[in-house]
Amino acid sequence: MRLKRNWSYTLQSKGRIRGAKGILFLLPSLAGVACFKLLPFGKVFFSSFCTVLSGEFVGWKNYSTVFQNTAFRLAVVNTMHFMVVGLPLLLLVSLGLALMIYSTPKKDWIKYLYLLPLAIPAATMVFVWKLSFSKQGFMNNILGTHLDFLGEESAFFILVGSYLWKNLGYSMVLWIAGLKSVPEEIQDAAKVDGVGKAALFFKIMLPELKGSAFTILIVSILNSFKVFREVYLVGGAYPQRSIYLLQNVFHNWYINLEQDKLAAGTVLLVLFLGTVSLMLQRLWDKEA
Amino acid sequence: MRRRKNGSILRKAGSLLCIAIVIGLGGLICLPVLILICGSFTDRIEWRERLLPLLTDSAEYVGWRWIPDYPTCENYKELLFLSPDFFVLFWNSVKLTVCILVGQFLIGVSGAWAFSAYSFKGKDILFSIYIILMLLPFQTTMLAEYLVLDGAGLLNTLWSVILPAVFSTFPVFLVYRGFKRIPSELFEVARIDGAGEWTIYVRLGIPLADSSIMAAFIISFFEVWNMVEEPLAFLKDMSIWPLSLYLPQIGLEQAGRVCAASVITLILSFFMFGIFRDSLEQGIVSSALKG
Repeated sequence: MRLKRNWSYTLQSKGRIRGAKGILFLLPSLAGVACFKLLPFGKVFFSSFCTVLSGEFVGWKNYSTVFQNTAFRLAVVNTMHFMVVGLPLLLLVSLGLALMIYSTPKKDWIKYLYLLPLAIPAATMVFVWKLSFSKQGFMNNILGTHLDFLGEESAFFILVGSYLWKNLGYSMVLWIAGLKSVPEEIQDAAKVDGVGKAALFFKIMLPELKGSAFTILIVSILNSFKVFREVYLVGGAYPQRSIYLLQNVFHNWYINLEQDKLAAGTVLLVLFLGTVSLMLQRLWDKEA
Repeated sequence: MRRRKNGSILRKAGSLLCIAIVIGLGGLICLPVLILICGSFTDRIEWRERLLPLLTDSAEYVGWRWIPDYPTCENYKELLFLSPDFFVLFWNSVKLTVCILVGQFLIGVSGAWAFSAYSFKGKDILFSIYIILMLLPFQTTMLAEYLVLDGAGLLNTLWSVILPAVFSTFPVFLVYRGFKRIPSELFEVARIDGAGEWTIYVRLGIPLADSSIMAAFIISFFEVWNMVEEPLAFLKDMSIWPLSLYLPQIGLEQAGRVCAASVITLILSFFMFGIFRDSLEQGIVSSALKG
């Protein structure tokens, strides 16, 4: 009995020492993250309750200013709109493509075509947009019209399209990985039992794919914020109304040195994204 | 019997249709690249002719020919030999990319190792914070980073772009999953054999998670090589701008030049993509599966 306790004691203390050594590996990264992100966030948090110039404490005033700001409201609506349209579309289209490629195993190389856009700079893409969607562009030539696609509501759909264009490959590869990880025995057993293709997919494959779906969702959210590049390069600081995103508002506040609003907006967005991310992680842990 | 044959024909037609859709869409996705390559061999006069409707806002349409009337390398020649500023920008891009990637490798990968191979107090909370930081768009971290960089007097130097990017938490997340997939018994065995923690990390951890590390490396490369927001916010001097910020500055009047500069920017990316495409895929894959 005593021997056992001793043994477990040494094991535990060894684990602790190892943990301490593990922290050494983390230290450089943690120091940098603390220096460049966490600590200054503290400062941003405090300055969200103060005025820019005098640094006086003003309570919730900055927050109410931000909430009443029409540009901010428009941007929140647009960003939400973009997410609500873009994310499901990306997830579904890439899943469809993944299923098609998965069912034709010899044509694996095709997926490289879809990964290619990851390498193309936003500026280049915007040049092609201008050639294609301006009043005299290819699109109008095909349709025989003279519409200003980039200057109207349709700009929103071009933006969603370019988000899909850029991220389809990435999501598709993730889905294919998920599909490949479904044990073949289960699929075969289902086929032997005479389960139809649709039922096989919805009842057997889809539940197994939940784990991958969470990662894909996280990565897709992460990448959805990057469309700002295209928006900024095509429309500058004030693009067409329907693609005026939160990132534009933040960028303009930064340029105009409106630090109080920027700080309050940042705190709000961090809180929102933090909540979403924690909820996703909770779900992810529950699945596993 | 006959019915069965019909079924298999249908199935075959279905799978052919699938392939056709997948290839067709893939081709459509690669179309912009083709446009750029063709455009880069078109000379100035022809470009002006083509773009005239756009520049003068007339009722005509932008013309397009896949093969230019007078194919030329003029655009490349001008860019590579006659504009010294292009080279400065190119080297800025190279400097930024190399510094950031090396930094991420040294710092991010060992951070991922700490999260995956050890347990210590507060690990879960820290990792959650890392994931939240990863999700935040640049515009939310911009002010915080600005305050630090301003305090340290680093604004308007290349360091102002390099340092925050080195401590990005996305590579940590990607590589973490790769490390997690290595069975931990392996490390126990190495420890019993008397290997130190550092040896285990360098000799076992890194080689066994190499595809995840490569994937993180190449995704970061695409990110950094095409960076726009960060240099736009922190660099004022055009002489230290990266190439990715120069591209949007060239007007449509110099379309040939835009195409040539884009193709030059792309070449390195394609090169990287060609070499690392398998580990890119494997690494993306291992980030999706729970270890």
